[in-house]
Amino acid sequence: MASDSARAADRIATVAMWSVALLVTAVFLWLLGDIAWHGLGRISWEVLFTAPRNAGREGGLAPILVSTFLILLVCMLASLPLGVATAVLLAEFAGEGRFARLVRRSLDVLAGVPSIVFGLFGNAFFSKTLGLGFSILSGGLTLACMVLPILIRATEEGLRSAPREYRLGAAALGISRTSALVHLLLPAAVPGLMVGFVLGLGRAIAETAALIFTSGYVDRMPASLLDSGRALTVHIYDLSMNVPGGDRSAHGAALVLIVLLLAVNSSAWTIARRWQGRSLLHA
Amino acid sequence: MSSPAPLLRAERLTLRYPEKTAFEDVSLDVPAGSITAVVGPSGCGKSSLLACFNRLTDLIPGARVTGSVRLAGEELTNGSVDVTALRRRVGMIFQKPVPFPLSIRRNNEFPLREHGLRERAELEAVLERTLRDVGLWDEVKDRLSAPAMSLSGGELQRLSIARALALEPEVLLMDEPCSALDPLSSGVVEDLILSLRTRYTLVVVTHNLAQARRIADRVAVLWVQNGAGRLIEHGTVAEVFESPRDPLTAAYVSGLRG
Repeated sequence: MASDSARAADRIATVAMWSVALLVTAVFLWLLGDIAWHGLGRISWEVLFTAPRNAGREGGLAPILVSTFLILLVCMLASLPLGVATAVLLAEFAGEGRFARLVRRSLDVLAGVPSIVFGLFGNAFFSKTLGLGFSILSGGLTLACMVLPILIRATEEGLRSAPREYRLGAAALGISRTSALVHLLLPAAVPGLMVGFVLGLGRAIAETAALIFTSGYVDRMPASLLDSGRALTVHIYDLSMNVPGGDRSAHGAALVLIVLLLAVNSSAWTIARRWQGRSLLHA
Repeated sequence: MSSPAPLLRAERLTLRYPEKTAFEDVSLDVPAGSITAVVGPSGCGKSSLLACFNRLTDLIPGARVTGSVRLAGEELTNGSVDVTALRRRVGMIFQKPVPFPLSIRRNNEFPLREHGLRERAELEAVLERTLRDVGLWDEVKDRLSAPAMSLSGGELQRLSIARALALEPEVLLMDEPCSALDPLSSGVVEDLILSLRTRYTLVVVTHNLAQARRIADRVAVLWVQNGAGRLIEHGTVAEVFESPRDPLTAAYVSGLRG
């Protein structure tokens, strides 16, 4: 009897766990399916190469894709060197002192700040104080501030995961700290850096609130980084909230966004894997 | 017979960490071209003593060194020493080999490049010479571009030694170089150490008394007294093993203590 009830409990638990897993997958697939269902009809190669017409109800996404790409480029160009440098400082030089604690605490708080706050800060600082106005540059730099905490913590973890023996072994051979860092520790930290990069890029590509106030929503093809440029997310927001009859286009743009996100993720992982394999041989 | 001036001389050397004293008041002469074995029970400060000879103590937070260490008459403990140059003259081998995540060739070349050697032909020559010195050349000459991590434990330790020899050090410090190896590899590395004796000055930390007796010219015995390591005996192998002055040494070498 006891074994019967135990078996029944096992079965219930199994069914419950499978249901939860299926439910989670189903929600994701439903979302994806819904966007694909409504959006696919709006997507063609032409869409990628033409400008939007009639407030986005018709036409394509070309200037929006270019703006999105430029914003991400600015964001990564600004945050990568800063992020790596800060991570090196924290992992190698700052130790566990009060200064390092303060920096780490600040980064953790910064990572949890809502993006709308970053948007307001970016608007006040980059757009107004620095006079960059509503521009791709303002938007990219604001995103860089948002992405930095993620990038720094991931890179720092990567650096810390490098065996302590590397440091001692290198020092015992009269190798300077800088050389050991460049040739041994940073290569070992690349997987960590890549994780941070992908997470950061993911967050940046999906960001809307921080961009509305900084890079703006002009949907023309940008001529320079100082032009306003509409990011894909802002375009989706505008189509679904402000443009009657823009739903179909919004779904199309959302589909492009998701494909872009998946492409960024998978290519980053491919590069990371290549790099790691290579560094073992030649770096 | 008056012995020549020692290559390495420690005088009243003490190393303290924030919580404990590793060893204190150690005075030890290491003659050139000999093997000195440092033995003693674990925790007596053997490895810490080695770390004073190449200033690796600089990397240990809170470590404080007092007393004097001289290499060929030059004081090593004061701040003005060029530590990078010193570590080129005094090489170190660790208990666990430290292969860098690079190819076999680049492991050997990295320190040389760091010290300014760039010429391809010369780098290759040093690579072959040192790998031959450690008896690894025939085993790896066809796969020098393979990751060093693909070598076995004993091969890695010999690669570490070749890498240290590439810098042509005067002194080679070895911290239990065989204790992480299987018996066979251990024997190979031990033979290698013996073959290096005439060309280098070696200080070998070991907890293996039999090994100390086999390879060393001189033996130094450290022992924990009053919570800190002290040098209780120091002399030739025959002196320490056959007519020890300190009763603790006598008990230790006869296997009664330690």
